[in-house]
Amino acid sequence: MVDGRRHGDDEEFAEGRARFEETIAADRRVEPRDWMPEAYRATLVRQIAQHAHSEIIGMQPEGEWITRAPSLRRKAILWAKVQDEAGHGLYLYGAAETLGADRAELTRALLEGRQKYSSIFNYPTLTFADVGVIGWLVDGAAICNQVPLCRTSYGPYARAMVRVCKEESFHQRQGFELLWTMVRGTEAQRAMVQDAVDRWWWPTLMMFGPPDAASPNSARSMAWRVKRHSNDELRQRFVDMTVPQAERLGVTLPDERLRWNPERGHYDFGAPDFAELARVIAGDGPCNAERVRRRAAAHEEGAWVRAAARAHAARRGE
Amino acid sequence: MNDEAWGVPEAEGGRWAFGTGFADPLHGVDVAVPAGVDGAELARVCVALADDALVGAQRLAEWVTRAPEIEIELALANVGLDLLGQARLLYTRAGQVDGSGRGEDAFAFTRSAPEFRCLRLAELPRGDFAFTVLRLLVLSSARLAVLERLAGAADPVLAAVAERGVAEVAYHRLFAAEWVVRLGDGTAESRRRLRRAVVEVEPWLGEVVDDRVGAGLGVAAGAVRAACARDWRRVGEEAGVRLPLPAPWDRAPGGRAGVHTEHLPVLLAELGSVAREHPGAAW
Repeated sequence: MVDGRRHGDDEEFAEGRARFEETIAADRRVEPRDWMPEAYRATLVRQIAQHAHSEIIGMQPEGEWITRAPSLRRKAILWAKVQDEAGHGLYLYGAAETLGADRAELTRALLEGRQKYSSIFNYPTLTFADVGVIGWLVDGAAICNQVPLCRTSYGPYARAMVRVCKEESFHQRQGFELLWTMVRGTEAQRAMVQDAVDRWWWPTLMMFGPPDAASPNSARSMAWRVKRHSNDELRQRFVDMTVPQAERLGVTLPDERLRWNPERGHYDFGAPDFAELARVIAGDGPCNAERVRRRAAAHEEGAWVRAAARAHAARRGE
Repeated sequence: MNDEAWGVPEAEGGRWAFGTGFADPLHGVDVAVPAGVDGAELARVCVALADDALVGAQRLAEWVTRAPEIEIELALANVGLDLLGQARLLYTRAGQVDGSGRGEDAFAFTRSAPEFRCLRLAELPRGDFAFTVLRLLVLSSARLAVLERLAGAADPVLAAVAERGVAEVAYHRLFAAEWVVRLGDGTAESRRRLRRAVVEVEPWLGEVVDDRVGAGLGVAAGAVRAACARDWRRVGEEAGVRLPLPAPWDRAPGGRAGVHTEHLPVLLAELGSVAREHPGAAW
């Protein structure tokens, strides 16, 4: 009996695995109820949760400027943008839940440092020009990373990314448009923009992750079509896209090695300081402790509100 | 979407992101003041209602990244953005009809606290979530009563802004009322915090319920008090707390006369900090 059941499970397992591999090979989407290897599930939960955490933590650096935005129009744009990020976080947590993850547990994992978020949000926003540069460079880099995810093999994640990318595209445009306005403004405004570009350029290039040779999870994610382009391919694509925009803005990208290579048909550029990236990911960036502390404080201070809502819902039989 | 090369068309003056071609939010609207409408009085009402909205939005912006739950984060941003949108349109209208030609930012960033005309309840510090939703309930009940009546105002611009505002503020009131009920019915802790919020809000209620802001444009005396009485009784009963309707207010000078709490100058200092650092700069 025991043996028989195990035999049946094996058959079911083999069938599920065959269907999964066929789905991946045919470039179709894996859906929540489909059989999937545990490692595939775990990889996706890790990646989607990290993405969701990045959206939520990523509200902080720019969110600080909403109360100080220098015009009511910029205030509305920035607030709507930061609200979009909260929305992205919400439906990405939802996508992770379709894989059996629990949102409260994911939040605990973030607060206890068991799950990461994008290293970029551990850098400080020092002036209002940072709002523009984050939109232009950071959201631009995020788009390069995320557009391929619209075709990622896990259905709910792919569909969430379609909407995320549309909104990110707006975010990038508002950032460029702010900078475009500022560089045609006062001398002080132009200096603010250049200073912000100098500070954000290298951390932005680090957003694509370590070089391919040192990226341990990439090969399997590529095989599963969770990931479709290598870190270095995406970084190159971002540089190629961004340089003409920088020229248009009249800002200098702080890389002496940056130049067009006609033979490759791409820009050559310097290597980011990957040791710094490793330090920031390990928790030793300028704002790591502050970002997590703020998130933890909001979570703890809101506990009584969530408890009240649960008690009320239980009493109402909701 | 990002595969396309994109640049900045000269024809659009470099402002190509969605919606940026419209520097004037009332673009395309007939902004002439109709015969028989007193421009100064119209501007006074617009500024007072815009100040309530801007100051209220600023307090809600202080919640960003600090809300108890992501869903609440989204809802508070919706409310704040609605109020900010109302403020922008109302300031723009005020600048058109008061003879000054000022734009929305001039009203928001260049006036000092005594020139603001907001209700003092709106300017009190952010407080906890119980205070936030109770204040939002109180201010939304009153604002909704005023906007419902101004939707029939003789000035077509104010009437249009008010009409859109009615739909928005009705949602603000619903969101706030639902949370007041949840907190009142929830746990011992949430009830304790809600009762404390009632005590904190109470001294400022007279100015709210006897507000005469729209009187010169036909908002009947007593309209706000009647609406507040109805809303607060209903919500209070369901939440199990008493939201006291104050005795008629003695008309001591308050926010509508430019007499404010010590909290408003601090709020305005933060609001205008970047704008003041770069006088004359365009953003």
